[in-house]
Amino acid sequence: MSNKVWVFIDQFKGKAFPVSWEALGAGRSLAEKLGGGVTAVVFGTQSQGVAGEAFHYGADEVFYADDASLGDYRPEPYTALLSKLVKGAAPEVLLFPTTTRGRELAAMCAIDLNTGVMPDVTGLSMENGRVYATRPVYAGKLITKVACDTQPQIATTRTRTFPMPPADPARSGTPTKVEPALAEGEIASKVVEYTESGGGVSLSDAAVIVSGGRGVSNNPALTPPAGLDEKQAEVWRAQQGFKLVGDLAATLGGAVGASRAAVDAGYIPYEHQVGQTGKVVAPDLYIACGISGAIQHQAGMRTSKMIVAVNKDAEAPIFKMARFGVVGDLYAILPPLTEAFKKKLGK
Amino acid sequence: MKIVVCVKQVPDSAAKVVVENGKVTWGDAPLVINPWDEFAVESALLQMEAQGGEVIAVTIGGENSKDALKHALAMGASSAIHISDPALMGSDSQGIARALAAAIQKIGDVNVAFFGRQAIDGDMGVTAAQTARALGWPMLSQVSVINSLDPSGGTIRVGRATEEGRQVVEAKLPVVVSVGKDIAEPRYPSFMGIRKASKATIPTWSLADLGIPAPVAVVHWPEITNPPAREVVTEMVTGGSPQEIAEKLADRILAEKVL
Repeated sequence: MSNKVWVFIDQFKGKAFPVSWEALGAGRSLAEKLGGGVTAVVFGTQSQGVAGEAFHYGADEVFYADDASLGDYRPEPYTALLSKLVKGAAPEVLLFPTTTRGRELAAMCAIDLNTGVMPDVTGLSMENGRVYATRPVYAGKLITKVACDTQPQIATTRTRTFPMPPADPARSGTPTKVEPALAEGEIASKVVEYTESGGGVSLSDAAVIVSGGRGVSNNPALTPPAGLDEKQAEVWRAQQGFKLVGDLAATLGGAVGASRAAVDAGYIPYEHQVGQTGKVVAPDLYIACGISGAIQHQAGMRTSKMIVAVNKDAEAPIFKMARFGVVGDLYAILPPLTEAFKKKLGK
Repeated sequence: MKIVVCVKQVPDSAAKVVVENGKVTWGDAPLVINPWDEFAVESALLQMEAQGGEVIAVTIGGENSKDALKHALAMGASSAIHISDPALMGSDSQGIARALAAAIQKIGDVNVAFFGRQAIDGDMGVTAAQTARALGWPMLSQVSVINSLDPSGGTIRVGRATEEGRQVVEAKLPVVVSVGKDIAEPRYPSFMGIRKASKATIPTWSLADLGIPAPVAVVHWPEITNPPAREVVTEMVTGGSPQEIAEKLADRILAEKVL
């Protein structure tokens, strides 16, 4: 008998994203209520290892495809194969991790399968055999309870929101290899070039995020190198500030975030932006440095477990959300704070 | 070249959105064009300016959604189409995508349809991909640069900013492109543009005009609520010197065992 819950595992170069296992764990809880097991699906040229791991994280059956046409992610061949497999098995629930790929595939499979999609959910429950999802809308200002009438009921699970299932090496199995649904000639796009980014901890997966805002450039005591105009000097100052932010992040094993103001001012690349027009994050600890906490920034970090704020302005709205606050200059506070953590964490 | 850009009217990002008596309200906060869609309009205009052709802005919604079209016209779009039908009220994402796909097909000979990343009201982020799938066109998401767009050769080459790095992708036209905010800074509407937009005639297309049946929504929101208030007691950490404050703060954070 086919399993009633299917989960797509998003991976990159043979490494699954943690949120993929969180989605699998969420799928397992639903399967226990529905009766039956969980099927995991993983695509990509190095996906066989991940397919094996999926058993450890709770899958009862695993399909993988490692054809070259699925090497670089392209939505069309991935959607075609996933929709074909799902059509054959007709599960009641199909889950994806909320990664960019996961959300896109969920959206496209919903069209192929003529069903509804509930992206970026923060909760899943079962009432009378029906799945209800919790979804934040309006940047988390409101919460909806959502349901889908048709099957499969498709949802994507928000990062760091569902518990990470423990890996149990005793649970194992043999994944089933499947062949692509489209031949290379039937795919209207191709990836011609690829450059990997600089590494570091991904913002979405980070347990700790230290973020800098407009205030990082605010240190008149620093003397920029000669020959810079006013704007260049400001960016240079900000970069000195972000070094301090980065030192603290590195000490805590975390990632560096930024407010929109800091990104728009050219202090740091867009990929670091947290907020409504950046990334939505939910770390265990979020340290906001020189960030006032505009409502658009709050939209990206309000579900952090603990928020700490360092800001010169005692009236900054960020303090209202913070567990701990320091009214002070980040240039004065961050270096000794980094030192204190190094000492106390034995680093 | 024929370019479509799909836009949506939404409450301003600074609006205080709450549920009152079971209804969503944002007080007197203004409705604006979805901020992500401004990047899509800008991208469409840049392509039109580079190689001629036209940009057609499309939206679905009630009467006030026309303001998003007017914003696109004021920025420089050539024309606009308003899709409105009582049967589209309460549509789910698939219903919206199928109506947009039908409109794009009715417009005809479209080379590229641009979208923003997501609308800041529903935060779904699926409309571009679902419309692409309904059209059967390649989907190019998170596009941060358009390297080339050749309507006669029928190809497009774009840079995508993915989670792991940067990808250059080539695809056969027509395509759906959704852009991020690093593609180009959206221009402000010009005075002339605003005058032109205020005089523009915007046709309204119904589902009958699109030649599609009324969609049946399968995704429902049986409940919408205000989120629970963040229960936090803020403790200000003070001290005689930055070192003292830093020591205390580190101890207090460690004591809460979040690390």
